[in-house]
Amino acid sequence: MKHIISVLVENKFGVLARIVGLFSARGYNIASLAVSATLDPKISYMTIVIESQDEKILEQIKKQLNKLINVITVTDFTKEEHIERELILAKVRYSIKDKAKLAAVFNKYIGKIVYHKDGTAIVEAVGDRIQIKSLLDELNKLGIQDVVRTGKLAISKMITKKNL
Amino acid sequence: MKGAKILIESLKKSGVEVMFGYPGGALLPIFDEIYDMDIKFILTRHEQGAAHAADGYARATGRVGVCIATSGPGATNLTTGIANAYMDSIPMVVITGQVKSFLIGNDAFQEVDTTGITRSITKHNYLVKDVKDLSRTVAEAFYVASTGRPGPILIDIPSDIQMADTEFVWPEVVDMGSYKPTYFGHPGQVKKAAKLIVKSKRPVIYAGGGVVTSASCLELKKLAERIKAPLTWTLMGVGCFPATHELSLGMLGMHGTAYANHAIMESDLIIAVGARFDDRVTGRLDAFAPDAKIIHIDIDPASISKNVKVDIPIVGDAKNILGELLEEIKGSPDTAEWLKRVKNWKKKYPLKYKDNEKIKPQYVIEQTYEATKGGAIITTEVGQNQMWAAQWYKYAEPRTFISSGGLGTMGFGFPAAMGAKMGRPDKQVIDIAGDGSIQMNTQELATCVANKINVKVFILNNGCLGMVRQWQELFYKKRYSQVCLSSPDFVKLADSYDAVGILVTKKEDVRPAIDKALEIDNTVFVDFHIEPEENVYPMVPAGEAINNIIGGLA
Repeated sequence: MKHIISVLVENKFGVLARIVGLFSARGYNIASLAVSATLDPKISYMTIVIESQDEKILEQIKKQLNKLINVITVTDFTKEEHIERELILAKVRYSIKDKAKLAAVFNKYIGKIVYHKDGTAIVEAVGDRIQIKSLLDELNKLGIQDVVRTGKLAISKMITKKNL
Repeated sequence: MKGAKILIESLKKSGVEVMFGYPGGALLPIFDEIYDMDIKFILTRHEQGAAHAADGYARATGRVGVCIATSGPGATNLTTGIANAYMDSIPMVVITGQVKSFLIGNDAFQEVDTTGITRSITKHNYLVKDVKDLSRTVAEAFYVASTGRPGPILIDIPSDIQMADTEFVWPEVVDMGSYKPTYFGHPGQVKKAAKLIVKSKRPVIYAGGGVVTSASCLELKKLAERIKAPLTWTLMGVGCFPATHELSLGMLGMHGTAYANHAIMESDLIIAVGARFDDRVTGRLDAFAPDAKIIHIDIDPASISKNVKVDIPIVGDAKNILGELLEEIKGSPDTAEWLKRVKNWKKKYPLKYKDNEKIKPQYVIEQTYEATKGGAIITTEVGQNQMWAAQWYKYAEPRTFISSGGLGTMGFGFPAAMGAKMGRPDKQVIDIAGDGSIQMNTQELATCVANKINVKVFILNNGCLGMVRQWQELFYKKRYSQVCLSSPDFVKLADSYDAVGILVTKKEDVRPAIDKALEIDNTVFVDFHIEPEENVYPMVPAGEAINNIIGGLA
């Protein structure tokens, strides 16, 4: 089962290495990782997706993350209402006759062609886990040459008191 | 003020009395300041010795140990000592020199990525990139090292930062938003625990190093006596409870007493205090204490339910929580029947060895206990010597047994003894060593003699790496692979450093040699030629349930 954990960290030298090092040293796997600054440049936000069947391991990961001096908060979205999104960029085979097919795809999903040349198009799309999976299935029918993904981003639906 | 001077001033502000270390190119500005400073400096003969000495000092005193070494090999030589302190939650501040900040990442001479290498073996580490951050970094380092679950903190200081100038500002208050350990137990949890304790029929207290760290030995004793529960301790907990107390079960686990292991396995309630259910303690996890509910008191939330599922976790400082618990416990469980069973186990399976005309290592430890009337600080190396020292000396006070528990570092005991003696000059400090372990750090003889740090090293010399030999005997068909080793003449070795060496080959010479060694005002190596095939018993084979005990029962 996939778990989304968000980690608020002090934006200091080596913090990413500490987080990633903790995962490798303790034998945990990261499925995806997205990092960026928050509104406060001194604080960064990490969204980490962990693949783990074991509730005990997930607990340990959260506790060990919390122990790191530069970690401010750890939030487990498994138990919290949230919105999750992922952005993908895909290179697909494309000719004019596919135009209608792609248009049909993008009627269902949030996405568009951002570039095309010589029978290849680059499309961007945003969605949650299920949408991205279905979209990739559809694009596969056209023939995907390459795909890059941001990894998941998640934000809590709870009203935050302080803007970060 | 120059960065180097700021460092020394910050160390003084932090209350440092002694530091251990070794100079080098990337530390020249700091050592120029050390030349004039009034903090005592002990020049070791190896950086590893400096790290272990700082560790031993911290364990003996409860204060933060400080060591310093240069960039590159200086830093890498410290790493074993840092990892050792990390595994046993020992407060240490480690200072390393680094190449000039603009050369970092350039593969400069004596450059290694020190903060990278030590990230997983420190509680936290810092690379100081601006001299303005230096004093605050030192203040934070001492604060983080000594609070919460303690641990080593490393500060890496590039040499240009040591030479850079700024105003010295000492932060009187350290405020770290993201670091706030929990000190007081959750009242609801404490109440629940108190209720469970009173209802229990077969309680056992299982005490670890956290009791020593939090200075809660008195509260622990009160609890044991109030609820009339037998008490066992881990290797790190040795000394937290008087070994001669009637409720004492001695150490548990792989080389624990049979009665401690039986008591844990048959208990209906385990009260774990500052212990972490390490694999050497629990043995086979799914067979561990099947009927027991578990109360776990620990300052580190990550220690709770890491290995064993806990029923009532209480996160906080053991001293506070034990105090709160003592207030909350109304009445006392009826443990008379249980104590009778425990007494029977003690009678049936006492800790024992076959004494004969040869020198038995257990006999050496017993005689050491008697000669010192239990008042010495004992450090150990790692292996059989360590287990015998834990089993056969009856410790009465915390911080009198200093041993590498988590990492199991051979070569730890001698430099640790040096550090302990610096912290507790009033005490006899004795390193119980093996002939293998002691050879890993004998260079510190020079440090001891030069600084008149008079420690005693009792070498239990069996001509081999005894613990590995024991495992090969029991589990590898006596195929003794690379365990026999030659040693120098330890008497001559000590003599060559202007220390004193004593050779003991006869049983009747054991006690006189111990008495003589304790009297000599110098560092003394006593080379006891012990029965070479003596094993450490009782023993639970790795991965077995801890009541599956072999040896030592006949």
